Amino acid sequence: MMTLIKNGNVVEDPFIDCTEMHILPKSGALIVSVAQWQDHWEKLVRRPDPIGVQLKSHEHPEIIADDLESLTVIALEFPTFKDGRAYSYARLLRERYGFTGELRAVGEVLPDQIHFMERVGFNSVEIDSDNALADFERATKEFTVWYQPSGDARQRAAELRRGQKQG
Amino acid sequence: MYRYDEFDQQLISERVAQFRRQVQRRLDGELTEDQFKPLRLMNGLYLQLHAYMLRVNVPYGCLSAKQLRKLADIARRYDKDFGHFTTRQNIQFNWIKLEDTADILAELGEVEMNTIQSSGNCVRNITADPLAGRAADEIQDPRVWCELLRQYSILNPEFSYLPRKFKFAVTGSPNDRAAVAVHDIGLRLHLNARGDRGFEVIVGGGQGRTPVIGKTIREWIEPEHVISYVEAILRVYNIYGRRDNIYKARIKILVNALGIERFRELVDAEWENIRDGQLKVSNEELARIDAYFKPPAYESLPDLDDELASLRRVDPDFDAWMTSNVAAHKVPGYAIVSLSLKAPGRVPGDMTATTMDGVADLADAYSLGELRVTHRQNLVFVDVKQEDLHTLWEQLTELDLAAANIGRVSDIIACPGLDYCSLANARSIPVAQDIGRHFAAAEKLQEVGELTINISGCMNACGHHHVGNIGILGVDKRGKEFFQLTLGGSSDQNASLGDRLGPGLPQAEVPQAIEKIVDAYINKRQDDERFLDTYRRVGIEPFKQAVYGPVNSKKQVA
Amino acid sequence: MSHMVIANRLHDGLVVFLAADGSWVDSIARGWLAEDEPDRTRALQRSMEAQYANQVIGPDLIEVTEQHGVRMPVSIREAIRAAGPTVQTGRNA
Repeated sequence: MMTLIKNGNVVEDPFIDCTEMHILPKSGALIVSVAQWQDHWEKLVRRPDPIGVQLKSHEHPEIIADDLESLTVIALEFPTFKDGRAYSYARLLRERYGFTGELRAVGEVLPDQIHFMERVGFNSVEIDSDNALADFERATKEFTVWYQPSGDARQRAAELRRGQKQG
Repeated sequence: MYRYDEFDQQLISERVAQFRRQVQRRLDGELTEDQFKPLRLMNGLYLQLHAYMLRVNVPYGCLSAKQLRKLADIARRYDKDFGHFTTRQNIQFNWIKLEDTADILAELGEVEMNTIQSSGNCVRNITADPLAGRAADEIQDPRVWCELLRQYSILNPEFSYLPRKFKFAVTGSPNDRAAVAVHDIGLRLHLNARGDRGFEVIVGGGQGRTPVIGKTIREWIEPEHVISYVEAILRVYNIYGRRDNIYKARIKILVNALGIERFRELVDAEWENIRDGQLKVSNEELARIDAYFKPPAYESLPDLDDELASLRRVDPDFDAWMTSNVAAHKVPGYAIVSLSLKAPGRVPGDMTATTMDGVADLADAYSLGELRVTHRQNLVFVDVKQEDLHTLWEQLTELDLAAANIGRVSDIIACPGLDYCSLANARSIPVAQDIGRHFAAAEKLQEVGELTINISGCMNACGHHHVGNIGILGVDKRGKEFFQLTLGGSSDQNASLGDRLGPGLPQAEVPQAIEKIVDAYINKRQDDERFLDTYRRVGIEPFKQAVYGPVNSKKQVA
Repeated sequence: MSHMVIANRLHDGLVVFLAADGSWVDSIARGWLAEDEPDRTRALQRSMEAQYANQVIGPDLIEVTEQHGVRMPVSIREAIRAAGPTVQTGRNA
C-alpha cells in the first residue's frame, strides 16, 4: 500500500497529484509537473492553496530554483531506485538553493534507500509497504556512524573523534 | 596500516546487520532478485557461472598477516580452500553461498575488513601504488589520501546510485605503478613549479569496450582541496552521466561527449560553491590518519649489496630472482620483495589457504607483519632486511612463490574468464598457463626482459588487456574461443592503448604467436630496449608478419 | 535438438537442472531432457514458477546433446557450468 511518511509520521497526502492531468483542478493543494508549472505558475501562485512541483529524474532543480518561496513541496522522482540523480538534486535544493519546505521522494523507493534519502535532505517519502512506519523507523536507525557531510546535521565520525579527544 | 577505531568498527557492524536483514528478505521472497541485486552488489556479492562470488576490499592494497590468516580461514570454511587476487588489489572467493554471506562479513569485520562497495554503481576500492610509503622514487606516501577518500566514499548517501561503477587510483610517485591514466579519477601527487606538493587530477580514463586514456582536468590542486574537488566531479557525473545505456554510462563517455574543457567548466563551477566548506581536509584528521602510515622504526643496518653479489655469483637461480623480484628500498639494509603468484602453470592470482597461511607466517617473520597486493595479481613484502633475503628466497621457493618473473613475459595478468565469470566469452586462465609454460626457463625470461601480457576473457577488460605490452582478448567466434592480440599497451606514466594485431587466433595457436612476437622483438631490438620501446620504434608491421605471415602470402588465416 | 533448463539455486548459488518431477538437481545426468515444443513449454513454465517461488535465479533453456549416455551442453559456457571450471585451485575441481 502506498504510504506517505513525513517527518517520521504516517500522514494523509493533502496534495493532489496532477502531473498526468491535462487540465488542472481549479482549487486544492496541487503537485504539478515542471511543464505545468512553467505554463501556469502565474495563476497557481495567486491561489490560496499550497502548491508543489514534481521533478522527473532528468529535470535539474535549477529550473525551479527561483520559485522556491512559492512552493510548499517539491517531489523528486525515482523512476527506478537505481537512478540516483535525485540524491544530488536534494542536496542542491537544500544546501545550494535554500529550500526549506517538504522534500518528498516518490517513485520506486525501497526501505533500503530511506536512510540515504534522509541524509541528503528528503523529509518525506512515499513508499509501497504494508508496514510503512516500521520499515521507515528501522531504516532511519540502520546507521549511527557517518563518514561524510551531506547537508544533514549529523555529526560525522571525524567530529565525534575530535569531541572524544576534548571530552 | 590504518586501524579501525570504534566508529569504523561500528559502521561495519551496522552494515553487516543491514545486509543480514536484506539476505533474509531475499530468501523470504520479500525482495525480488531485481531489487536485491544492486543491494548485494554493493556488498560485493556477484552471481557467477557456478556460485556466488564475494569480493573483499583490500584498501589500496594494504594487508596484514592477521587479515591474510582470516582470509585463509574463510577460504577453508566457506569456500574451496582458495582465493583469487584481482587487478584492483582485492581478493575474491568464488564458491560462496548466499546464506553464509552475512556470517562471512561479520568475520571479516573482526579483522577490520569489509566488502562495502566492492561492486555496484558506486565508488569502488581505491587502488594505489603497491610500493606506497617505501619506493625510493616516491614524492610522498599517498596512503593518507587513499584512506581519506575511502572514508569519504563509503556509504556516501549522494553517490550510492551512480550511472555506473567508479574507480580511483592514486600514485605518490612519478613512476606510475597504479595505472592512474586508465581510471575514472586518477590522482598523481607531485610538486608544482614552486615546489609545493599537490595532486594532478586526471579524469575519464578507463578500459572496457571503449578504452580511453584519462585527461587532466586539473594540473595541480592543494591536497586539502582534493576531497571537495572529487565531490564536484562526482556530482557532475551523477547528474549528467548517461543512464539510458549501461555501455555508455561511465564518466569517460561524459567527458568525451562534453569535451574536457566543458567538463572542467562544469566541475569548476560546482567546486566554487563547496571548496571552502566541510570537505576541506582538516590538519587534525590528516594528522590522525597519517600517523597510521608513519614508517616503522627501521634498524640501522649496513648496505649488503656486496655480500649479496657474492651469493648471486655462485647461485644463478638466486641471482635471477634478485634481478627480477627484488627492488631497492628507501632505507639502507632493506629491500622490497615481490612474491610471484605466476609460477608456470599456476592460475594467475590464485592462492590456496595453506599458502596464505605460509605467506602470513613469512610476513610476520620477514616483513613486519604486513604485505601489499598489486594490480598485477602478485604480493609484495615491502620491509625485508637484506640479510634475510636468501633465507626468504628459499622459503618462497618452497611455497612456489619465487618464480623469477616479476614484470616479465610469464608474469601474466588474467581475469577469471569463462571458467568462472558469467560475462566472459572465452577462458583466459588456460591461455595464461600455456604461455607461462612456454616461457618457463629462467634464461628465456631474462633474455626477453620486461614484457607485460594481459588477458581478458571479454570486452569488459577486467584483465586490462588494453594496457598490456601484449594484450589478449577472448572472443566468441561461431561458438569457439578465439583470441585477438593487441601490441604496445602500457599503464605507466606514458600510458598507451594497444594496437590490434590482426584476426583472432584459436586458443591452440596463441602461445606460438606470442613466441613469434617475442622472437621478432629480440631480432629487432637495439641496446637495452624493452619490448615496448622496440615496438614504439619499429611499429606493428614486423610483428604482424611474424604472426600472420607476409602480406602477399597465400597462407590461410583464421 | 534436446533441451534442458539450467539455473542457479538461490540460497547457495550452485548450478542446478530441472528434473522430471519439477525439482532441481545438481547433476546434468539426472535432469530432464525436453525433446519437443510441448516439453520445452512445460519446462519454462515450471522454471518461471520456481523463480517466482525464490528457489532459483535466471533459469535458461539450453541445447544439450546426449552421446553414449553422456549429456553435454552444446555451448562452451553451459558445458563449463555443468562440469565445473576447467582449471584447478584448492578443491574447486
